Amino acid sequence: MTESGDTMREIPFETVVQTVAGLFMEANYVIGADITCALRGARAAEASPVGRDVLDQILENNQIAREERVAICQDTGMAVLFARMGSDLHIAGGTLPQAVDEGVRRAYAQGYLRKSVVDDPLFDRVNTKDNTPAILHVELCEGDRLELCAAPKGFGSENMSAVKMLVPADGVEGVVRFVVDTVRAAGPNPCPPVVVGVGIGGSFEKAALLAKKALTRPVDQPNPDPRYARLEERLLEEINALGIGPAGTGGTTTALGVNIEQFPTHIAGMPVAVNICCHAARHASAVL
Amino acid sequence: MAVLSLTTPVTEEQMRSLRAGDRVLLSGTIYTGRDAAHKRMIALLQEGKPLPFDPRGQILYYVGPAPAKPGFAVGSAGPTTSYRMDSYTPPLLAQGLRGMIGKGRRSPQVVDAMKAYGAVYFGAVGGAAALISRRIVDAELVAWPDLGTEAVHRFTVKDFPVTVVIDSLGNSLYETEPPKYRRD
Repeated sequence: MTESGDTMREIPFETVVQTVAGLFMEANYVIGADITCALRGARAAEASPVGRDVLDQILENNQIAREERVAICQDTGMAVLFARMGSDLHIAGGTLPQAVDEGVRRAYAQGYLRKSVVDDPLFDRVNTKDNTPAILHVELCEGDRLELCAAPKGFGSENMSAVKMLVPADGVEGVVRFVVDTVRAAGPNPCPPVVVGVGIGGSFEKAALLAKKALTRPVDQPNPDPRYARLEERLLEEINALGIGPAGTGGTTTALGVNIEQFPTHIAGMPVAVNICCHAARHASAVL
Repeated sequence: MAVLSLTTPVTEEQMRSLRAGDRVLLSGTIYTGRDAAHKRMIALLQEGKPLPFDPRGQILYYVGPAPAKPGFAVGSAGPTTSYRMDSYTPPLLAQGLRGMIGKGRRSPQVVDAMKAYGAVYFGAVGGAAALISRRIVDAELVAWPDLGTEAVHRFTVKDFPVTVVIDSLGNSLYETEPPKYRRD
């Protein structure tokens, strides 16, 4: 542990850029072991023959992407990055946001990834041609490390996400109803089997951020609080009872996992956010 | 389940004979277009101008491909979600477009137009983009390079795998299949 400003650890701007670039390429080419494991399990258990065929195609696709280092999905996403930066760390030669945007620019140009970002959302909608700006979420913490988690997010599933301001009286049943209704309404659109990120608590925007962050947790890693872990299991069961199935053409696998993140909230409220992710639930991490 | 082979251009009769659930391997040329290209195509029709390609007997693939690595025709190229094109689709069907390839639900207005004109909505597996790209043997720019990945391309495809999700009678796998696996 360092003491004061004169003992700050320094890392070069270029190191951050290269790391960010590498993470976005890796995330787009290589699906996590947790997802592969969940897909194989789903393939073995799926009741629909068409559903099994879809799962086979997804598994084969992911293998091609990994071996040939090409994008798992053509929608290589908007570049979301979660960073935890120690207060004793200094990036020499530029800021963290600059390094992240430069890393994204490099990854999407050199990695043959699709540029999917438009400058103005409503009027101009002109492609920025380099997939910037990134969406950067920074948390400051003790120490002299920089933790980076790149989570490119496709919008077929992003468009099916929702936030609702529940009230305390809605309780567990209110949360279950909202999450299951959101997945039901999404139906075949978000490329099922999906991963469902749920944020409970905080404020309007915090709930959404929690839901996004929940998607960066492996699907085989339950919430550390056993009550929330049980709720994750219950939600997964109810979602898979919907019958939507792989690709939405019927089956017993609609979701591969449900991850909840919770946070303290106001006495009057219980915000809930549901961030739906397709089966290509991509994220890659590094510590500098 | 039988797998049929079809080569574009296709006829109204061929499309009317397909049924939801049929698996089809498409060969020949198909055209690409998604959000921004649809907006421009509809603007052209409203001005009474011709589309960048003759849609009669053709199939439109809703896709924005990833860039091609050297030596490949295209990068990963799976379907995008179709409902965003719903408001633009009936006028294209009126021009003789015979099919669309995408993923996800369509509006009642699109289904009505498919029934009226004799067209089919095909589904490709969303997220199987690297696998699908192997069946695209050539890609040629047709219009609007300024749109980047959203530009209109002509793809030459060989045994491109699709499923009839909504047929010209309005039958939809998204409505008929999930109830069979629902548990209450």
